Amino acid sequence: MTAPESADWLASVSDKDVTDPGRRRFLITGATAAGSLVLGLPAGGEAFSSSDAAENRTRQIGFFVEIAADGDVIIGSNQPEIGQGVRTALPMLVAEELDVDWARVSVKPMPLGLLKTADGYTWKYGGQGVGGSTGLTRNWDFMREVGAIARQQLIRAAAVKYEVAAKRCTTRPGYVISDDLPRDIPYGELVKTAAALDLPDHNPVLKDKENYRIVGTRQKTVDAHDIVTGVARYGIDTIKPDMRYAVIARSPFLNGRVKSFDDTAARKINGVLKVFKIDGPEPGAPYLILASGVAVVATSTWAAIKGRKALQIEWEPGPNATDSTDAFWQQNEEMLKGSGQIVTDDGQYESAIETAHKTVQRSYQIPFVSHAPLEPQNCYAHVEKDSCHIVAPTQMPGGASRAAAAVTGLPRENIHIDISRVGGGFGRRLSNDYVAEAAMISQQTGWPIKLQWTREDDVRHDFYRPGGLHEMRAGLDETGKVIAWTQRLASASKHFRRPNKPDDGLWEPELYPDDFPRRIVDNFRLEYFHHPIGLPRGSWRAPAHTANAFVIQSFLDEIAHASGQDPLQFRLDLLGKDRELEYDGHGGPTYNPGRLARLLTFVATQIGYGDKRKKDRGVGLATHFTFGGYAAHAFEVSVDDAGGLIIERIVAAIDCGLAVHPQAVEAQLQGGTIDGISTALGLQITVKDGQVQQGNFDDYPLLRIAAIPARLETHILPYDDVPTGVGEMGIPSAAPALTNAIFNASGIRIRNLPIADQLKKARAG
Amino acid sequence: MISFRVNSKQVRFDGDADTPLLWVLRDHLQLTGAKYGCGIGQCGACTVHIDGKAQRSCVLPIAALANKSVTTIEGLGDENGQLHPVQQAWLAVDVPQCGYCQAGQIMATVDFLQKHPRPSDEDIDNNMSNICRCGTYVRIRDAIHQAAKLMQKGEQQ
Ligand code: FES
Ligand code: FES
Repeated sequence: MTAPESADWLASVSDKDVTDPGRRRFLITGATAAGSLVLGLPAGGEAFSSSDAAENRTRQIGFFVEIAADGDVIIGSNQPEIGQGVRTALPMLVAEELDVDWARVSVKPMPLGLLKTADGYTWKYGGQGVGGSTGLTRNWDFMREVGAIARQQLIRAAAVKYEVAAKRCTTRPGYVISDDLPRDIPYGELVKTAAALDLPDHNPVLKDKENYRIVGTRQKTVDAHDIVTGVARYGIDTIKPDMRYAVIARSPFLNGRVKSFDDTAARKINGVLKVFKIDGPEPGAPYLILASGVAVVATSTWAAIKGRKALQIEWEPGPNATDSTDAFWQQNEEMLKGSGQIVTDDGQYESAIETAHKTVQRSYQIPFVSHAPLEPQNCYAHVEKDSCHIVAPTQMPGGASRAAAAVTGLPRENIHIDISRVGGGFGRRLSNDYVAEAAMISQQTGWPIKLQWTREDDVRHDFYRPGGLHEMRAGLDETGKVIAWTQRLASASKHFRRPNKPDDGLWEPELYPDDFPRRIVDNFRLEYFHHPIGLPRGSWRAPAHTANAFVIQSFLDEIAHASGQDPLQFRLDLLGKDRELEYDGHGGPTYNPGRLARLLTFVATQIGYGDKRKKDRGVGLATHFTFGGYAAHAFEVSVDDAGGLIIERIVAAIDCGLAVHPQAVEAQLQGGTIDGISTALGLQITVKDGQVQQGNFDDYPLLRIAAIPARLETHILPYDDVPTGVGEMGIPSAAPALTNAIFNASGIRIRNLPIADQLKKARAG
Repeated sequence: MISFRVNSKQVRFDGDADTPLLWVLRDHLQLTGAKYGCGIGQCGACTVHIDGKAQRSCVLPIAALANKSVTTIEGLGDENGQLHPVQQAWLAVDVPQCGYCQAGQIMATVDFLQKHPRPSDEDIDNNMSNICRCGTYVRIRDAIHQAAKLMQKGEQQ
């Protein structure tokens, strides 16, 4: 079985086997039969000669921007929409530079575009895939350039048509204007002329921030009307002629296999059509799908589910049959008694900690958690002799095409991938295991099928956020300044059954060495212990930042308290003034701790950090730099005598550079905050006897509205004129701000997540 | 054979009597607005109205539907395409993120506001239990209050 679509946040975003053709150079124009101007990337492999008729060219254009004769504008959206607002934000960039009224813009989703080249594949519509909060930043220049080129083309068309000088023309929304023109010329009247002009070969001039009319303004989500009327189509809503419905009974044992099965009863269920075995990967081998199982194909979802229930399967529990998270946690402690792999070692850690005036040591435990997007995994596949059609809710359509190709043996150019709207991503849909499964079932039956995962399938067969035990130690001088710092982590690396990953690189997705306070504390060491467990791991929203921000921001609070310092001032002293520090990881090449300090001061002020509060009330703070963006949280909570927790108020602030689509930035900050507290309060995946113990929202209790304070305030602190991503920045600092507030209110320090009933237990004594 | 109404149309289903209404709507009637999220009555993504009351259709066997009247999100607006005030409020506040839970949230809210036309935050906390994985709860709360105001205005006119 070949390598899977890598679940690696960044590696998969850059989709290494697909090259980038230097997109702008390939932009071409043409006209549609209806006389619209189309600007896009060539859909055929070959270059166009300028002698080709414009109409001829258009048929070969991978659609991107279309300006109709009536002035309406359609903008293609090439990225998967998982709720992050990319289907609104990217077209906003095009519309801004094109200079049109946003009200005249409609947005059309585009399929995956891959072109075969001599030595691989290239993107037809620009790179497609969302992860690592990069959807906006990767397309920031490109989308604006597309809009600016279209605008330039319209100006040149006006110049040609009215025989005026192009440089004396400019635009207002929807019109080319100039004193030399007889009147303001609507774009619509220029599209025909514009379509016949070749594109200039120089770069367009982009607008200055001061002149933005759309970027940075509050715009409504493009598909909101479809969503509130129930017509928006998610992957799960796919219905095709002659489509059958499939479910799979997957091994409940991590790395277990089907030993034998009896489908007599299942086949008697009304509507069940076929039942067959699906071979899973070899234990430990790179995977394409996660588990061995038995597929049931039926005439409806319910019949397939009923058929599955009627199966008698004997499982071969396999090599992880005795795995348990209880043992995992115990062994972590054992491991940390030894020595691990030193991955970062600045200054003289050993001597600094030995001579320190005071040392503080604490340990924190981060559980495995599941993504649980509300739309369970599903995929439509129709594999035919020479081609294959897939409709999938995926973050990585390129990976979906790779998975389908690996299963079917078809060349990727013959695999058509439609990207549906996606009911939540959170990193789960960077992996395309469900696409591979669907392609297998369709190929084996010859039918168009929709594979449906139940919620239990989803919770039990996920790529979980890695669990780990973090041991922290800091040395302080007489003034209370931190002079030595170490983080020792024993965890199950996110690099789960990846091909070509050396053991000494397993730490890489778990410790981001340049995170605060590296380069601020001189004697700084990171040590890693990989602790294998059969539980699959993958990228869970903001991956290791959720673990490390909790650990670091809790530990800072503990150091401050242990050394009699104020937690806010202590942090501000460490963060210091504006300056760029080297940051090699995703989000770099530098970061500015002064921006964190500014956010922290802001949220502290908003929440009234220094105010006198009733007994049992407290505030807590935290801040973190995540993949290029900055955020901070302040929580105010109360904890009663019985350990009952109420979150009274939350102030969240983000510095994402320029906020292109403020509506979505706020939504992501609110959503990230809520995800952070939902996870910290009650979520964890545990394993016993080699099986995941949770299965649905009754034992994996996502927060409901009652737990969210009516006072959750979000603030955007602008900085500069370039945007950063926003999808993950809102989550890492939420949990530590909450637990720091709990400590401030109650004196109870939460070091193990989730919080669950720890407060009640502590109060009960 | 079970006969019932969906969005004012008479429909019939002759499959297994234990089939949950949700799958009848989605697979057989091709009304995909109600969503599957958990199948055990926990998340509310599948919420529809049965004789005007919000119910979780994933745990409702079709046998219980005989002669009942079902309204789904597709049938919530009026015949002229006018949106229900709750849908209008949802748009005004721009509630959705991924949007997957929202049909269920809206259907739950319509019923909730019938019982609590001037809801307090506490009423919302005590009665609204649909899950939103994206965490749109702040805007859901705002939209519920706005919808309540819209509906009161509507009544005064
Ligand atoms: S799908 Fe019905 S309550 Fe979740
Ligand atoms: S908007 Fe995504 S689950 Fe609610």
